[in-house]
Amino acid sequence: MTLLSVEHLRVTFDTEDGPVLAVKDMSFTLAAGEILALVGESGCGKSVTAMSIPGLLPTRGVAREGSIRLADRDLTALSERDLETVRGREISVVFQEPTTSLNPAYPVGTQIAEVVRRHQKLRRGQARQRAIELLDLVDIPDPRRRCANYPHQLSGGMRQRVMIAMALACDPKVLIADEPTTALDVTIQAGVLRVIRTLCRTLGTAVVLITHDLGVVAEVADRVVVMYAGRPVEQAPVASLFAAPQHPYTIGLMGALPANALRARSRRLAEIPGVVPPPTSDPDECQFAARCPRADEHCRAARPPLQRRRPDHDTACYHPGQEATHA
Amino acid sequence: MTSDVVALPVLTIGRGTRLRRRFLRRPLAVLGLVLVVLFLLLAVFGPMLTPDPLVQNLSSVFADPSAHHLLGTDDLGRDELARLASGARVSLVAGVLSTALAMVVGTPIGLASGYFRGWLDAVIMRFNDAVLAFPFLIFAVGFAAIFGASLRTVVIALAIGLLPAVVRVARGEAMMLREQDFIDGAVADGARPAGIVFRYLLPNSVNALIVQATVAVPTAIVGEAALSFLGLGLQPPAASWGLMLTSAQQFLVQAPQLAIYPGALIALTTLGFNLLGDGLRDALDPREGR
Amino acid sequence: MGTFILRRALSSVVVLFLCSVAVFVGVRALPGDPALIMAGETATPAVLTAIRHQFGLDQPLPVQYVDYVNQALHGNFGISTTDQLPVSEILVQRIPVTLEIALLAIIIGVLVGVPAGIVSAVRRGRIADYVSNAFGLIGLSVPHFWLGLLAIWIFAVRLHWLPASGFVGLAEDPVGNLRMIVMPAVVLGMGLSAVLMRQTRSALLGQLSQDYVRTARAKGLSHREQVRHALRNSLTTVTTVLGLQLGALISGAVVVEEIFVIPGFGKLTVDAVLQRNYPVIEGVVIVTVFGYVVVNLLVDLAYAWLNPRLRVSGSAR
Repeated sequence: MTLLSVEHLRVTFDTEDGPVLAVKDMSFTLAAGEILALVGESGCGKSVTAMSIPGLLPTRGVAREGSIRLADRDLTALSERDLETVRGREISVVFQEPTTSLNPAYPVGTQIAEVVRRHQKLRRGQARQRAIELLDLVDIPDPRRRCANYPHQLSGGMRQRVMIAMALACDPKVLIADEPTTALDVTIQAGVLRVIRTLCRTLGTAVVLITHDLGVVAEVADRVVVMYAGRPVEQAPVASLFAAPQHPYTIGLMGALPANALRARSRRLAEIPGVVPPPTSDPDECQFAARCPRADEHCRAARPPLQRRRPDHDTACYHPGQEATHA
Repeated sequence: MTSDVVALPVLTIGRGTRLRRRFLRRPLAVLGLVLVVLFLLLAVFGPMLTPDPLVQNLSSVFADPSAHHLLGTDDLGRDELARLASGARVSLVAGVLSTALAMVVGTPIGLASGYFRGWLDAVIMRFNDAVLAFPFLIFAVGFAAIFGASLRTVVIALAIGLLPAVVRVARGEAMMLREQDFIDGAVADGARPAGIVFRYLLPNSVNALIVQATVAVPTAIVGEAALSFLGLGLQPPAASWGLMLTSAQQFLVQAPQLAIYPGALIALTTLGFNLLGDGLRDALDPREGR
Repeated sequence: MGTFILRRALSSVVVLFLCSVAVFVGVRALPGDPALIMAGETATPAVLTAIRHQFGLDQPLPVQYVDYVNQALHGNFGISTTDQLPVSEILVQRIPVTLEIALLAIIIGVLVGVPAGIVSAVRRGRIADYVSNAFGLIGLSVPHFWLGLLAIWIFAVRLHWLPASGFVGLAEDPVGNLRMIVMPAVVLGMGLSAVLMRQTRSALLGQLSQDYVRTARAKGLSHREQVRHALRNSLTTVTTVLGLQLGALISGAVVVEEIFVIPGFGKLTVDAVLQRNYPVIEGVVIVTVFGYVVVNLLVDLAYAWLNPRLRVSGSAR
């Protein structure tokens, strides 16, 4: 059952140097309880896409088109005031930098209790009790004492757990996790990911996980959408994607050869030569063509649409698959 | 600081062009530039085009504006416009010289302090705080009393007063820059410390120092006017905006315009430099939200 | 926290020492022989020597300094050379006058500047922002002495609402006192409020673009509550700025007291310098620096209280 659907999302930033097309035409769906990974290099528009969902883009200088539906409501049509009742209650966010994402001036318990009080109208004492429970839920030892701690007294991993506790405080339907482990030490990344996965499975929370770490994808996600230059270029269940990546970009990310695919699971995106095209224009061509070994006139003449090539596996490419090698 | 949500690519337009465009897009910055240019024109060319500001004519004191005296005359029958122009030149000299002096002395001190850190930095910053701790006007009053009230004394006193801020800015830049790779590279290539300070730190601090200078000049202009107003700067019969206000205070009833012209010029000049400084800082600093 | 305060207090003592030495030496570099000024032009050499001996002016500088500090620590700043009154007595008379004006100016400055800065940052790019900004820029650009003259011209010369100059003690005639200090205090407070407005605005804008404000927004908090989060972290900047403005406030008081002819601390300073009144100059400077140091210590305390990072871990940064 589709819980969240993003259709033809287009986000344009108005900058001093002209408009920037951060997201050009993004569509995907998220089922209830599903963990979906949004993958791509930095600058491909995955974070902007994710932040568009709860309307967390800057209020000025940004134009957003297309629709974002949560159950039967179009979130793009909601006023800021109405969105405030959605954020933190139905859609929550865990950001990349736990250190800067927590307010240094308030104890973490207060910051968690604030969400609960905002949405569930609990009294101060009850909210504090709930904050302690939540800290316990994300495996923070001695939660009663930790509640009174300020962010700078916690480790990076603990801060991110606090962010997760805060996000899950009101049992949201959707959790958006924007590179939740990127800023953390490698040794504690696994623990934080495990907390996200197990808690969301238990609570039935659907997750949009933004990452550029294919290891994370393999470990946590059910399904993957690969983004390039503001568009989806491939989407598939995680097993299918790793077994048979179709788009040359995805293949490039995994390290080109099928034999390497499994090894690629445990590392960051492979380097692909060339650079992402500047997000100032949107010509009718495959945006990856400039970096693609398979590109031909066709690719440069018209943009390939996202098409179903295998069961439940879509690709936007004229020359998909592993064998299709052109000069 | 800002999130990576709005991580936008830097487009490769020429740096100068880009800067000029960013600056010219701010109406207030342009207004500031215009005011500063007008002030410079008045200070440089004004005295050439107006009568002698010292010539008295006791038979026509407090004269109304006329073809002969465009802004009328003062309490001694001197041409008001000529005195304003002459005062502008005094302000320009005081503002620019004291700022230049403070920059020349303060920049190397601040850069070295921020680059070397350690005891040198500690001593310099202690001293800097001590100078800052002192209410400037009380210092300047004493300074003028020791060395005699003159434009030169005023310039030196102002330069000393401006010094701590310059040192602070230069130090901040050096502390930021020393963490960057190209400095490590220069050190690895065997550059000497003095070479690093002047060849690498100085050119890269220029932007911040220019912004600081646009703040320092109006501070100095107001400082000169204040000292002259208190009788501790330029001495009569010289024309200084501050001095003109002192004598105007006695004639507020007969000739309030004599108090309005010089004060308005001080305010407009200061406003111009402040707007220019704000505009430059915004244009140089691509971050939003300043 | 304890070490933080201790370190600040220690460095304050160093600042106090440096300033007192600088002034002590500087004052003795002043041209003009104070003995001659005291005794008058017709004094015989014997009288001059006697006066020099009486005031310790014949001792080497370091001895004079130690002696001076020793006396000052006992509340004795010497005798004014112009009116033969103890300097401490003069200071006790003059300081409250300036303090009253300064305090009123600070209250005006904070009550006008901080809210204006907040409104300006929160309503960024709207009319309220432009109005506040214009106010800030004008306040920053109009010097005290001109604003004072304009105020006299408008409120005393034209409208006859307030006296142009003069002073009565608060205790003798509270209403008259208020009528006389309201113009100087407002003139002084306007400049301060402009600075505070600009600093509050820029600090709050800086904080509003921080990640934790985005978190507050993601939690579903209203804009008002997001601002509360940011404001809490901006207050540290505001207190620091207020501390730094103290020097400017004293400088402003010198000018303002001169314009409105108020027998305060600032006028005392200018007069003392013009009359080469060593003991008064020294007293003025020591008191100024001491006051500055104490206020900054208080600012540091407020800062530590507002910033939990300092409060708990002591010496972090």
